[in-house]
Amino acid sequence: MSATGIGAAVRRKEDFRFITGKGQYVDDVVRPGETRAVFVRSPHARAKIKSIDVSAARKMPGVIDVLTGADLANDKIGGLICGWMIHSKDGTPMKMAPHPALAATTVNHVGDAVAVVIAATVAQGKDAAEKVKVDYEVLAAVVDPAKAKSGPQIHEIAAKNTIYEWSLGDSKATDTAFANAKHVTKLDIVNNRLAPNAMEPRAALAEYDSGTDQLTLWNTTQNPHVARLVISAFVGIAPEHKLRVIAPDVGGGFGSKIFIYPEEVVCLWASRKVRRPVKWTSDRSEAFVTDAHGRDHVTHAELALDANGKILALRAHTIANLGAYMSTFSSSVPTYLYATLLSGQYDIPQIYCEVDAVYTNTVPVDAYRGAGRPEATFVVERLVEVAARELGLDPAELRKRNFVKSFPHQTPVIMAYDAGDYGASLKKAMELADVKGFSKRKREAARHGKLRGLGYSTYIEACGIAPSQAVGSLGAGVGLWESAEVRVNPTGSVEVLTGTHAHGQGHETTFAQLVSERLGIPFDSVSIVHGDTDKVQFGMGTYGSRSGAVGMSAIVKALDKVEAKAKKVAGFMMEAAEGDIEFKDGKFTVKGTDKSVGWGDVALNAYIAHKFTGAELEPGLKETSFYDPTNFTFPAGCHIAEVEIDIETGKTEIVNWTAVDDFGTVINPMIVEGQVHGGIAQGVGQAMLEGVVYDKEGQLVTGSMMDYTMPRAHDLPSFKVETTETRAPSNPLGIKGCGEAGAIAAPAAVINAITDAIGTEQIAMPATANAVWAALSRATPRAAA
Amino acid sequence: MYNFTFHRPTTVRQAAGLLSRNPEGKILAGGQSLLPVMKQRLASPSALVDLALVEGMTGVELKGRSVVIGAMTRHADVANSTVLQEAMPGLAAVPGAVGDPQVRNRGTIGGSIANNDPNADYPAACLGLGATIITNKRRIAADDFFTGMFSTALEDGEIITKVSFPIAKKCAYEKFKHPASGFALVGVFVSKRGPDIRVAVTGAGSNGVFRVKTFEEALKKRFAAKSIEGLTIPATGMNEDIHASAEYRAHLVGVLARRALAKANA
Ligand SMILES: Cc1cc2nc3c(=O)[nH]c(=O)nc-3n(C[C@H](O)[C@H](O)[C@H](O)COP(=O)(O)OP(=O)(O)OC[C@H]3O[C@@H](n4cnc5c(N)ncnc54)[C@H](O)[C@@H]3O)c2cc1C
Repeated sequence: MSATGIGAAVRRKEDFRFITGKGQYVDDVVRPGETRAVFVRSPHARAKIKSIDVSAARKMPGVIDVLTGADLANDKIGGLICGWMIHSKDGTPMKMAPHPALAATTVNHVGDAVAVVIAATVAQGKDAAEKVKVDYEVLAAVVDPAKAKSGPQIHEIAAKNTIYEWSLGDSKATDTAFANAKHVTKLDIVNNRLAPNAMEPRAALAEYDSGTDQLTLWNTTQNPHVARLVISAFVGIAPEHKLRVIAPDVGGGFGSKIFIYPEEVVCLWASRKVRRPVKWTSDRSEAFVTDAHGRDHVTHAELALDANGKILALRAHTIANLGAYMSTFSSSVPTYLYATLLSGQYDIPQIYCEVDAVYTNTVPVDAYRGAGRPEATFVVERLVEVAARELGLDPAELRKRNFVKSFPHQTPVIMAYDAGDYGASLKKAMELADVKGFSKRKREAARHGKLRGLGYSTYIEACGIAPSQAVGSLGAGVGLWESAEVRVNPTGSVEVLTGTHAHGQGHETTFAQLVSERLGIPFDSVSIVHGDTDKVQFGMGTYGSRSGAVGMSAIVKALDKVEAKAKKVAGFMMEAAEGDIEFKDGKFTVKGTDKSVGWGDVALNAYIAHKFTGAELEPGLKETSFYDPTNFTFPAGCHIAEVEIDIETGKTEIVNWTAVDDFGTVINPMIVEGQVHGGIAQGVGQAMLEGVVYDKEGQLVTGSMMDYTMPRAHDLPSFKVETTETRAPSNPLGIKGCGEAGAIAAPAAVINAITDAIGTEQIAMPATANAVWAALSRATPRAAA
Repeated sequence: MYNFTFHRPTTVRQAAGLLSRNPEGKILAGGQSLLPVMKQRLASPSALVDLALVEGMTGVELKGRSVVIGAMTRHADVANSTVLQEAMPGLAAVPGAVGDPQVRNRGTIGGSIANNDPNADYPAACLGLGATIITNKRRIAADDFFTGMFSTALEDGEIITKVSFPIAKKCAYEKFKHPASGFALVGVFVSKRGPDIRVAVTGAGSNGVFRVKTFEEALKKRFAAKSIEGLTIPATGMNEDIHASAEYRAHLVGVLARRALAKANA
């Protein structure tokens, strides 16, 4: 392993510009004549718009234009769409309601935009926005997903506010397995709704060039090409080739920046109307009521076991709240990203899951770090833990008895696990966490008035979200391959154009590690280009921990082609047959001789083309690859949380955290560890701190960080993070992906630990001090083990 | 934020004059409470009268058996004052527990007390020590000063210049942080100065900071956690929100009072 190659903990290239304030985010881009968009948003969860009067607003200083949903409709601008088709059990397609970028007739959540002021400054825009008079007829709102079906109907298309009633698995066989089971564990689970809160709020800057009829959009997006495709093909703002989307530095996404939002559509449309650049930057308050939220499931789940603790079957019924409109990929999250993972790490013969997706008068819900897989892991890992307690079995032992041990393993819910060693990660984690010493620590804690608990989460996830044919057969509107172009310069330095996008992951570093190792050139001779549809070939962007497994594999494939061509060039240079050329450590050698040429020479010769004719070989050295994997990847691992609870106050402290993950090949262990840390922080946030709360009228109670509790450093211990490794067979690098693991694993580990400590089977997330105290006063602590 | 005029007087008298000429104006101290609400357009003062350049409004001084703190003294400066740490460490701990370093380096004692946020820390210390709030017009006993959520005995345009705290031999503050905001979900300040025993609670009451007379009574025999063992306060009148039920807040008052007493006696 070289100091900068695959497996090296190379410092992140991008951090120099980030920590010296040189990052270029959308809001940092300033165009001549720029104007600012300020949205007028609904204060009501559900209302009819009787009229909108913009005349007073128009007269305000600095106002350039005031536009409404009616103007949008007049200009025939299309609405936003959900790009993943789900069919109900009865075969009917999901009920996708219209989602105009500016509401014209009804508003459906607090924060729904009804008009936009285009003004010279934000302050002037805000002053004018206050003068827009909207006459609302307030209607009763639907807030609780569990009661959505009986609430007033929100969208004409969706009776009983039901988007789909979907199922996966064999219901009859599952019921039979339950009927024959010795033991059945039942749980009612709410997977709490989360607000993403990326550090950088969303932003859009649109510029129209009337000279060329060209639109440019700088946008906080995780997938600029997909944004361009949707905005062009479905919203119909401009043909694809007349729209350039640039995603410059983006400060965190966690899924929330995958989606196509009303604001970027409106900025594009308005910039063409007012013939000036139009910028919008969300503030934090706006983010809470417009960024797609995550999770929000209400589930009843059951696990059937035989007398030996062997799992026979699992069944679940889930109500998934998709909010007021169907966001871009919302339909896939509680279906193919959720129910397909209900087998966990276990060999479960029968699984049946029903999912009812409903509309409510809340912010749309879509993928958020983990997307469906945290919800699945929580169901499985809570069931297994509670089953172990009910059966009087050690929870680790019950898990071991049921682990999938041979691969490939076909689950009853689509997924075919291709590689893993679940026993190995559990064993290593138990050693690192010193599970043996736990009972002693528990007794010691009791002497200080503290309850100590230990909780496991042996999670699995499916990443990469490919191959395209497979996701297509499940309803995806797009393919989920990835592209790369490797551009070798005449001096031998290399630019890699990738269709993925980085918003904190460190691609500029890890991708360069791959290229430098493969070509034997210095790490600093490689630069990574992403996030601009004018520079980079079509790509699918970054989510689902796919950039390594799929994106880097595309780079490998392009590098293969580069190497093949470079060998030809070297052959001409050394007057040897192409087949006799060997390439190693940046040197081309004629097999069995000491004749060799270096990488730089070959690159130069490829471009000066003095050693071959055009008929023999095309000049240049630049290759592209579109790579489609053969399967999802299946990262898995074991997280162990140890908590201490102050009996008097219910305050819970996480005292130890052990994570042993199998991510397949690790390119940069430091970056991987950072991803795990961040993921755990978000998972702990969900388990103990975060939770979006709406009141009965649909007003957002947790509308700021004064009420929505984000995890802070002091909420977390130092983590012990290690890996085990089984290579993913579905891609050439053997990478599985690591971006979401922590957020997927953590909630169950925390809740299993807390319930272990207080001797109860249930506690809702977030398990705040108040909630733990209340649970404690209901429960009697389990005796120290 | 709406537009406003900005004034920087150098004396209290000038400041008072500016405030009387600008009835819709407001005093600006550290800005840590006022500026956020202005940014959200929830407050729209026509003028801001910034006290930053007014002389003689900062510092922590020993005056006889009291500690006198200038209204413009920042939380961090109070927390780090060697004078205070020696005279009454229990009080120094209060601004030390406020917010984060940024807030402590901007926020002031005068601003905190004038604002009287029901979850703020200083009001508990003022009431818990029987402080005197000194304004450009008069001296107000803490018992008369805090009149309810975000409301005080201050008249329009009245300026807090100093706060005087009698030195208590034994005193301590115990704070249970609000998980999101970091303010006091419940905070209890206890003190004993001769026969004067005080237990003041912030965060819990739906009407702002209050004293727990039953605890004070019980502590007269002996100023120790034991004396209030088993005593509770009723949940009625407690604040209730998504972060804590009224029962939980009432329960925490007892727990934190006992912990504060243990600290005060340590
Ligand atoms: C992130 C954050 C966390 C915080 N956490 C805590 C916490 O944990 N505990 C806590 O107690 N507080 C907390 N605060 C509030 C902080 O302590 C404020 O500094 C304080 O409440 C107000 O003081 P200020 O000097 O900033 O006043 P300003 O914001 O400038 O003014 C507040 C109000 O007081 C008036 N005022 C100011 N000075 C005077 C004066 N001398 N005479 C009369 N009226 C005056 C102003 O006109 C205004 O109405 C937090 C604030 C933030 C932003």
